[in-house]
Amino acid sequence: MMRSVAWRNTKNHLMTALMLAATAAVLFPLLLIFVHIVKMGIDSLSVDFFTQIPKPTGEQGGGMANGMLGSLIMIGAASLVGLPIGIFGAIYLTEYGGSRMSAAIRFAADVLSGTPSIITGLVAYSLLVVPMKGFSAMAGAAALGMIMVPIVLRTTEEQLKMVPGTLREASLALGVPLWRTSLKVTLRSATSGVLTGILLAIARVAGETAPLLFTALGNQFWGKSLFAPMAAIPLQIFTFAISPYEDWHRLAWAGALVLVVVMFTLSLTARYFGRQKYRI
Amino acid sequence: MQQRAETGKDCLPFTTSATDRTEQTVGKPRTVDREKAITGDRIFKWMTTGFAFSILIILGLMLFQMAGESWPALKQFGWQFVTGRDWDAVQGHFGALPYLYGSVVSSVLALLLATPLSIGAAIFITEIAPKRLGSLIAPLVELLAAIPSVIYGLWGVLVMAPWLQSTVEPFLIERFGFLPFFQGAPYGVSMLAAVFILMIMVVPIITSITREVLLAVPQSQKEAAIALGATRWETIMMAVLPYGRSGIMGAAILGLGRAVGETMAVTMVIGNAPQISASLLSPAYTMPSVIANEFAEAVSKLHTAALMEIGLMLLVVTLIINALARLLIWGVTKDSSGGAA
Repeated sequence: MMRSVAWRNTKNHLMTALMLAATAAVLFPLLLIFVHIVKMGIDSLSVDFFTQIPKPTGEQGGGMANGMLGSLIMIGAASLVGLPIGIFGAIYLTEYGGSRMSAAIRFAADVLSGTPSIITGLVAYSLLVVPMKGFSAMAGAAALGMIMVPIVLRTTEEQLKMVPGTLREASLALGVPLWRTSLKVTLRSATSGVLTGILLAIARVAGETAPLLFTALGNQFWGKSLFAPMAAIPLQIFTFAISPYEDWHRLAWAGALVLVVVMFTLSLTARYFGRQKYRI
Repeated sequence: MQQRAETGKDCLPFTTSATDRTEQTVGKPRTVDREKAITGDRIFKWMTTGFAFSILIILGLMLFQMAGESWPALKQFGWQFVTGRDWDAVQGHFGALPYLYGSVVSSVLALLLATPLSIGAAIFITEIAPKRLGSLIAPLVELLAAIPSVIYGLWGVLVMAPWLQSTVEPFLIERFGFLPFFQGAPYGVSMLAAVFILMIMVVPIITSITREVLLAVPQSQKEAAIALGATRWETIMMAVLPYGRSGIMGAAILGLGRAVGETMAVTMVIGNAPQISASLLSPAYTMPSVIANEFAEAVSKLHTAALMEIGLMLLVVTLIINALARLLIWGVTKDSSGGAA
């Protein structure tokens, strides 16, 4: 059974080369896409992109200002719902965890984070669009909020767990009530980690298109209110990408670049905060 | 004692405020403050419980709404919904087989292509590459994985599909045209395009989870193999991969879950034609894509219900897939965190 050392070494080198090739095959398309977005995006970006709304088909120029505002508004509204549920839910899990209820909550969060985002769109549609008899930014924000909850919950819980128990106990021993200890000691020590979770959740939600398709619907003009259809950058990229017009393709590339830059900035900032972790 | 004093000093803001409080309350009757604290705690518990409970409510509402909204279609079509091929919104016939077929074929093929690549890359990052290079590639892959699906779709439909149409597909037809998989005209937007874009999108996910699984393999396991005189590759085959087997399987299944639920990129490149064709070059349709395309313009109650039922199937399938994957990954990372310590 003993094979020659030479053959074993050759095989070792061969497989090493193969693994290297696999890594290259993994990285190559990703980098290709990234470089292409940057190149096309830079070619297509202009001041108009940030100040104008899309022009009707056939006219030159136009921008995605309404989409940017719409995305900001909907992410803001989604955060108002998603962040408190995620953060306070995580505090519940760390402070009163261990019960059957917290196991159920962890499971629910896992299920939620695994569901395709288009499903949250369907749910928001049936809960908000149907009763209110119209597509609205609010329904879009609700769908995005549902996606944020599990991300914020799990990261916050992880971070709160890392705060040493002695710190909490010290505070409790001094007679500080549990709720104050929880907010001012535990949560505060984990601030940077919690911030990481929030940024990651926002980054994730900023690029979501599917949940907005039949909730916020999109809008060629400025969104009037939370109760009316509203534009969003990812929705506009989708509409423009599948259109046959060269000019709209350019807008889509520019939008893609802006989205990628925003998301990378958020992820890198999140990483920076995440690295700080917990500091005594 | 020394350590504790230092700890106290460094978290000055907390401890000072806490000490201030105790100093202030020394003069007052104790009971008042205590009652306040108890009330505060009670409110706090209620509030956090309420927020936590709302997660359960969201999930419950999700299942309830999906089931309720798809009830008309469930009642009317029964099993025929899954076996029927005819999807005609105007006539009111709804059979979802072409969408099921498209989803299964595109995700499974993408997974078959992506898994070996991802495992290879994860092995390279954790076991072969110099530490510094590995710790450069890993976050890079994760960062690129965060690019939204609609942007992959944009690239897919404007760059990849035309390239497939002009270069890859004619080649496949010419060389392998005798196989049923490569027959027909080169459209560009096709099942093949969907498989490729899905592969590109799930590779980073499988790679990064496999990497975590491999990192959890205890050092002693590898050292034992090395001590026996194994080469690096033999070490990987004997000690690393068997240990992480179920975790890697979990990673692949998680990738499958992502591929099945992937909506935007697939919708943009698959061609959206509800047909069952053996040829990878012909356009097809998937479950999330038909929801994305038709839901906002559904023509009747029944149409909406049929799309909702597709959503319900999607929800149940991804639920099962994710539960399975999580069980497999947990098994590895849990054991090893105990073993490594």
